[in-house]
Amino acid sequence: MSEMTPIISFKNFSFQYNAQKRPTLKDINLDIYPGEKILICGASGSGKSTLGNCINGLIPFSYNGKIEGSLTVDGIETKNSSIFELSTRVGTVLQDPDGQFVGLTVGEDIAFALENDCIEQGRMIELTDHAAMQVGIEKHMKKAPYDLSGGQKQRVSMAGVLVDDVKILLFDEPLANLDPATGKGAIELIEKLKKETNTTVVIIEHRIEDALWENVDRILLMADGCIVADKKPQDMLRSPLLNEYGIREPLYLTALKYASADINKVEHIDNIRQLNLEKEEVNSVRDWYLSQQRQQTVNDNNYILETQDLSFAYDGKEYVLNDINVKIRKGEMLSIVGRNGAGKSTFCKLVCGFEKPQKGKVFFKGKDVTDTTIRHRAAHIGYVMQNPNQMISQIQIFDEVAMGIANIGLSKEEIQERVYETLKVCGLYEFRNWPISALSFGQKKRVTIASILVMGPEVIILDEPTAGQDLRHYTEIMEFLKDLNKQGITVIIVTHDMHLMLEYTSRAIVFSNGQMVDDKAGSAVLCDPELVEKAALKETSLFNLATMCGIDDPVSFVDCFIDCDRREREHE
Amino acid sequence: MKNDAVKKVVATGIGAALFFVLARFVAVPSGIPNTNIAFQYGIQSFFAVVYGPVVGCLSGFIGHVLTDMSWGGVWWSWAFGTAVYGLIVGLFAKKINIESGEFGKKALVNFAIANCLANVVAWPIIAAVGDVVIYKEDFKIVVAQLAVAAIADFLCAMVIGGLLLYGYSKTIAKTGSLDKE
Amino acid sequence: MNNRVLNYIPKDSFIHRLSGTTKLIIFLTFSVLCGLSFDTRVLIVLLLLSLLGFRLSKIKLSEIRLMSTFLVIFITFNFILLFLFNPDYGTEMYGTRTVLFHLVGRYYVTAEQMFYQFNVALKYVIGFPIAILFISTTNPSEFAASLSAIGVPYRVSYSVSLALRYIPDIQKDYHEIAQSQEARGVGLGKDVKLVERVKNAVKILLPLVLTSLQRIDTISNSMQLRSFGKNKKRTWYVKKKLTTADYSVIAFCAILFIVGMIVTNQGGSNIYNPFI
Ligand SMILES: Nc1ncnc2c1ncn2[C@@H]1O[C@H](COP(=O)(O)OP(=O)(O)OP(=O)(O)O)[C@@H](O)[C@H]1O
Ligand SMILES: Nc1ncnc2c1ncn2[C@@H]1O[C@H](COP(=O)(O)OP(=O)(O)OP(=O)(O)O)[C@@H](O)[C@H]1O
Ligand SMILES: [Mg+2]
Ligand SMILES: [Mg+2]
Repeated sequence: MSEMTPIISFKNFSFQYNAQKRPTLKDINLDIYPGEKILICGASGSGKSTLGNCINGLIPFSYNGKIEGSLTVDGIETKNSSIFELSTRVGTVLQDPDGQFVGLTVGEDIAFALENDCIEQGRMIELTDHAAMQVGIEKHMKKAPYDLSGGQKQRVSMAGVLVDDVKILLFDEPLANLDPATGKGAIELIEKLKKETNTTVVIIEHRIEDALWENVDRILLMADGCIVADKKPQDMLRSPLLNEYGIREPLYLTALKYASADINKVEHIDNIRQLNLEKEEVNSVRDWYLSQQRQQTVNDNNYILETQDLSFAYDGKEYVLNDINVKIRKGEMLSIVGRNGAGKSTFCKLVCGFEKPQKGKVFFKGKDVTDTTIRHRAAHIGYVMQNPNQMISQIQIFDEVAMGIANIGLSKEEIQERVYETLKVCGLYEFRNWPISALSFGQKKRVTIASILVMGPEVIILDEPTAGQDLRHYTEIMEFLKDLNKQGITVIIVTHDMHLMLEYTSRAIVFSNGQMVDDKAGSAVLCDPELVEKAALKETSLFNLATMCGIDDPVSFVDCFIDCDRREREHE
Repeated sequence: MKNDAVKKVVATGIGAALFFVLARFVAVPSGIPNTNIAFQYGIQSFFAVVYGPVVGCLSGFIGHVLTDMSWGGVWWSWAFGTAVYGLIVGLFAKKINIESGEFGKKALVNFAIANCLANVVAWPIIAAVGDVVIYKEDFKIVVAQLAVAAIADFLCAMVIGGLLLYGYSKTIAKTGSLDKE
Repeated sequence: MNNRVLNYIPKDSFIHRLSGTTKLIIFLTFSVLCGLSFDTRVLIVLLLLSLLGFRLSKIKLSEIRLMSTFLVIFITFNFILLFLFNPDYGTEMYGTRTVLFHLVGRYYVTAEQMFYQFNVALKYVIGFPIAILFISTTNPSEFAASLSAIGVPYRVSYSVSLALRYIPDIQKDYHEIAQSQEARGVGLGKDVKLVERVKNAVKILLPLVLTSLQRIDTISNSMQLRSFGKNKKRTWYVKKKLTTADYSVIAFCAILFIVGMIVTNQGGSNIYNPFI
């Protein structure tokens, strides 16, 4: 490749946001060649998006800051160019599907760029239809955004940048808040587009196992504003770098390592579908599996939360939930999974009394609480929304947490005591006098959890607590929740992260378009291809590995892995 | 005040949407029989200060007209009142300079002056004249009605808008201030 | 979710087939004329025309019940108020005084007052079918295109489109924020003291506003990345071509407007006075 001239070329490039004291990108040197497919990963705050925004021109034309060195995109020095000139070469798909769906209908949104280029209507419609065809959304041209699923919206965004045949496609965390199957579909679509249009593709994503579902040419690892590694996937996965920089490596790889199989011998280690294991690796995996002892979990029947034939429709006509029957034990930590739009969040809102069911009942400790008010129920069941910014309404952390118990007739001292208590539990005590704006996303998340905990609920429901978080913050939040659970609080987590489900929750409730289709251990769920298909989940690569090694009971193989993984991390 | 053509277009749209939602779907009783607190003016004054006169003016106007339309029948004189209100408050945006991350006494005083002026011009003058020209209504009555409206909106904008601006100012990072410890 | 922000009722009718631009022009002509004229004859003509348009649009009253009830209540309320405030305003206006009957105290029902209030009511009534006609027969997607067609800068027109696009999202945001705050004892009901109510409102509005500001940043980024604001003008995907029907309607509006203004202003004032 190297004889080709690079299409993107950073030379001693640095960038510093005006609001920052230090440069966010430091002395970047990077060449990307036409037709390459690059995966950029790195811890949160390492500068991935910033790098991306340099390529598409948002930096320096939308975010002001100081640039040093040079960056050429398709032969143009970006800082002397304009965002318009760049946007005809670089197509960017951002994370937030609603933020970039600006049209009132699918058609309008895809045509948006063409409208701005003053293309006349006839031609515009041709191009739009063609782009829609490419991403397979052509049947919905007249639909409005709120009639589309997250995945469909994302396809529209892709079509929206494909219309002015760009040379480079840039995706910033395309998988965040998509259900696993849709995410898989997105990755496959990206590959398809790359093949058809022969564009250069840059993907920013820290869920690399999912990103590697289709092959990539290189993986860049970023840390603290620098590119610390730039390797072929195979080499990157074989090196210890990912673990060192807190990026989650593919599960099957970890498993192979536990089984002390020699990963340097394994071919196509970067893609589970092409992975081919030699006899000895297979054996080492099998031996490891047999060497593991598995313990059974005991279940009592002391239910804290039950729902009976719960049915609900926002508009009173189209039911988004039908006859949901769920039983949740005291002290359980369980997950709710399923397709986008399956009704998971709606279910939580019903349980917390935010919405009133058209039919059915909610029981708390055997008492029927269906008709109690939000406020009353909040004392027992807490709900933490996905976006912390939607919950935070105070400037000081203390006030935010105190809000929930402000006017229930406690004295100042009692309030302070309880707030400090909670802040200690949440590891925020030393920040108690900080303004919330000074906190990181993960910390904000904990503040919102604290603001719920302070009301002393026995059940706490979290809607996608780890969406878009890197491994460190993910572990931080989840370990914290695990401790809460140890203290006897029942924790319910709505999530699209299959690994979270396996790693932290004893049981998974599976939703599929408005129905509860199953309820069993996460490992069992992911080893049930039919269910996986139905609920738009994604088989865990451990399942594939188990079958590859001819292990008869993949479920218990997965369990073993999780146990082992837990023990390993507790050693650290 | 944020200077960015496209951002202002978007801010106008979102501002109008907020105005619509608050005016149309959020009815919080004000204590006075069948009149609700006009949160939308709090939000409009906020947008006027953050994004400047044009956004303040247009977001209010669009929001107002859309709201009226959703009921059927646009009340133009009042719609223009809203527009002028946002415009005038916006003219003080530079003085208040919320982007500095400060919303202290001085800024508050400016905000108060802006609101005073804006409400007086918007309701008892613009809207009243409109009503008289269009409906030939009795000037005395109209002014009386609108004076009440002006006072109500003034209070609402000062309290709601003021608190929102204060909250927002606390979230702004000052230039070169962010640093990892 | 509520995707009918303004109650657009898709149908196949003469009015529906007209381009949004034309309907916007009708709407504005009627609004302005109705605003400027106090000439009963003109107003009645406008009323008849707008009712005709209504028939043509095949919109049923049942489809707009909410709005119509609102109008009726409003007009009666306003009618009574006008009378209570100043029962002799009609007299001052028309210069004569024909008492019909006496109620109480200073409250004499005069023909002039009734005629004046009849005109005012007329003005409200006209505004109504026209606005309804416009919003229920025009696809919101056409709004922006139509506005820029009559000379509104496309940046402003697009703001309107953005507003329509994001109203449902923001409504959902508000709803969810309010709920989660209510769970923490932040109420807005009548049971809460006024001062508290206002404080609580801010506790809901601040998160709403801050998330909206973030939204503004993402939206404007993605718009810039798709070259919004690149050129002096822009084309529109949904714009309808003007047909002969459109042109003739527009022409008619022009004539109507001119004639209307002439009739109105003959005799110095825009008031039609049957009493002298
Ligand atoms: N608009 C901005 N103004 C000032 N600082 C910023 C801005 N955007 C990002 N930063 C800072 O730059 C650093 C890198 O941010 P960036 O968004 O590139 O990280 P990232 O790798 O994309 O993280 P994530 O995985 O969470 O998206 C962070 O410390 C962040 O605080
Ligand atoms: N406020 C609302 N008004 C009307 N419909 C809604 C509302 N919120 C959600 N819906 C609809 O209800 C259905 C279920 O939505 P819900 O958010 O519960 O799904 P979900 O499982 O949480 O999806 P995701 O995994 O994407 O969060 C969807 O079809 C959605 O469009
Ligand atoms: Mg990022
Ligand atoms: Mg959800």
